[in-house]
Amino acid sequence: MNETQANTNTAAAAAAAAGAETGMRSQIEARFRVAWPGFTLDVDERLPARGVTALFGHSGSGKTTLLRCIAGLEHAAVGRLSFKGSVWQDAKTWVPTHRRPIGYVFQEASLFPHLTVLGNLRYGQRRSRGGSASDSLGKSSDSDSNSLGKPNASNSLGKRALAITESSADTDTDTDTDTDTDTDTDTDTDTDTDTGSVTDRFSLEQAIELLGIGHLLQRKPAALSGGERQRVGIARALAVNPRLLLMDEPLAALDLKRKQEILPYLERLHDELEIPVLYVSHSPDEVARLADHILVMDEGRVLASGPLNETLSRLDLPIRLGEDAGVVLDGQVAERDEQWHLLRVACCGASLWTRDSGAEIGAHVRLRILARDVSITRDPGHASSIQNTLPATILSLGDDSHPALRLVKLEISGSPVLARVTRRSADQLDLAPRQLVYAQIKAVALL
Amino acid sequence: MWLTETDLEAIWLTLRLAAVTTLILFVVGTPVAWWLARTRSRWKGPIGAVVALPLVLPPSVLGFYLLVAMGPNGPVGQLTQTLGIGLLPFTFWGLVVASVFYSFPFMVQPVQNAFEGIGDRPLEAAATLRASPLDRFFSVALPLALPGFVTAGILTFAHTVGEFGVVLMIGGNIPGVTRVASVQIYDYVEALEYGNAHRLAAVMLVFSFLVLLALYVWNPGAKKR
Repeated sequence: MNETQANTNTAAAAAAAAGAETGMRSQIEARFRVAWPGFTLDVDERLPARGVTALFGHSGSGKTTLLRCIAGLEHAAVGRLSFKGSVWQDAKTWVPTHRRPIGYVFQEASLFPHLTVLGNLRYGQRRSRGGSASDSLGKSSDSDSNSLGKPNASNSLGKRALAITESSADTDTDTDTDTDTDTDTDTDTDTDTDTGSVTDRFSLEQAIELLGIGHLLQRKPAALSGGERQRVGIARALAVNPRLLLMDEPLAALDLKRKQEILPYLERLHDELEIPVLYVSHSPDEVARLADHILVMDEGRVLASGPLNETLSRLDLPIRLGEDAGVVLDGQVAERDEQWHLLRVACCGASLWTRDSGAEIGAHVRLRILARDVSITRDPGHASSIQNTLPATILSLGDDSHPALRLVKLEISGSPVLARVTRRSADQLDLAPRQLVYAQIKAVALL
Repeated sequence: MWLTETDLEAIWLTLRLAAVTTLILFVVGTPVAWWLARTRSRWKGPIGAVVALPLVLPPSVLGFYLLVAMGPNGPVGQLTQTLGIGLLPFTFWGLVVASVFYSFPFMVQPVQNAFEGIGDRPLEAAATLRASPLDRFFSVALPLALPGFVTAGILTFAHTVGEFGVVLMIGGNIPGVTRVASVQIYDYVEALEYGNAHRLAAVMLVFSFLVLLALYVWNPGAKKR
């Protein structure tokens, strides 16, 4: 659609448009204005079309509305939306939801109660054009031999999934699956060539395996726990082979235990897929664990947007985060101290000791350092219970949520870290930008 | 056989009328119910009230207007004459048209309630799973509203069976053509043939009870989630 528009322009404009378009290839450009009684959404943002972008804010901040606008579930009267260069909405264009290559996970799984888990998974998979990149579950034997012949990354995933589904097919032979098998046979031929890499092609088996729901396929949604239902909801969204995954607080309706049950699956999603994800959340914890980029929203407007750590370490935002102000750093497990049950994590050119979480040596981990767990000293000499004392440079000082407190932005070998100190101690230590100090990090959370 | 030939004829006619009316209303009533359930239009109120009118209107009033409309000088009557169908009053199809109007709310309201009970979410979920609007209707809305359809079908059928006033206005009392069971009973009573009236009335009573029993035993609302 946008190609034809470009053609009508003059040559110069067309060239400019083409240039802009290549930049846009990796972007989601979203501009929406929605005015409802008592609520206005006014957003004009470019989001990266890769990695996990958290839409973060309190309830009522407009993050869900923004997500629904992107999905086409909400029709913003004034808006422009393009995804990797293809226009989904502008003054002349409106691509309805069912034609957008998205997957959507609702806060409550919203499974179809009249279908089994497998029926739910198949619902979208069948309808996604060219997205039937999966061998049907029923004829496991010949799809298994197919995948054996292919030296690609999907093999291990595919085979494990097949093992699961085979065993489940043995135990209950539902009439549903039998009839379904027949209808799927004709799609078999073109899917073989299509299997591709794990990252851009997604099969039902992979979705089932990734979310660990192989044993639930014949059940009705009413017979699932909340956590299981949400896992099925996520798998169902993945099974349509989306180019963009939209998740609306997928964990908000679950209790803490269920959250812990699902978070590892979301982290796997993050690690194993290259589908860009927009993840709505009001939980700093989820954002710290999952997000690469963050868009902070309040009252229908965007307060800040950018790479996670760069944004989290901004001094004008932590006020909004309150107790959760802090940074997230990437690190690698370097050493295990068996005697003291500690792990050494190499992070940003320094070493941090933390409680042994059981992570393997060499594993890539995320570290979360809250501002309240970082204190500042000018003299590292005397004994302290704090294990991590690192040289740091003060970058800037800012106000905190309480007048008694200040936030100090430090740099530890190139990475920004926030420290929360009292205004009095900042004064007594005479803290100022570019000063060399020592950061004492009391706690580091491995995510 | 203790029912007379004319009784059986009347019962058969009644069942035929009720079945045809119910089938037509499934087709005609469902889109109306869907629209009423989903629309945010300001016409929802007025249209909903019109649909509900037969609930409160005396059947003779409805029958009178239909008779006038379908009569030789009425707009519907002139249309049917031009089309070469002739006049509808005092025919089986005239009765069908009248019954469709008369039983309209009994079809629309349960189905509308069922559609409203589904909410937006399952349909939105279906949209994000690539289902077009028509596809969403058939693959999600209809199956989820199925209990409402069963209720609506039974109510419509039973209500049409129990029709009397409208039939008398539109259909009159022609044996085999418009003389349904309820009219037949009326005839017996007028002729003081209480024995015959008793028999047919008992059949109607048992039938009505069985229909309602089916409705209450087959209660999909009992395991609502």
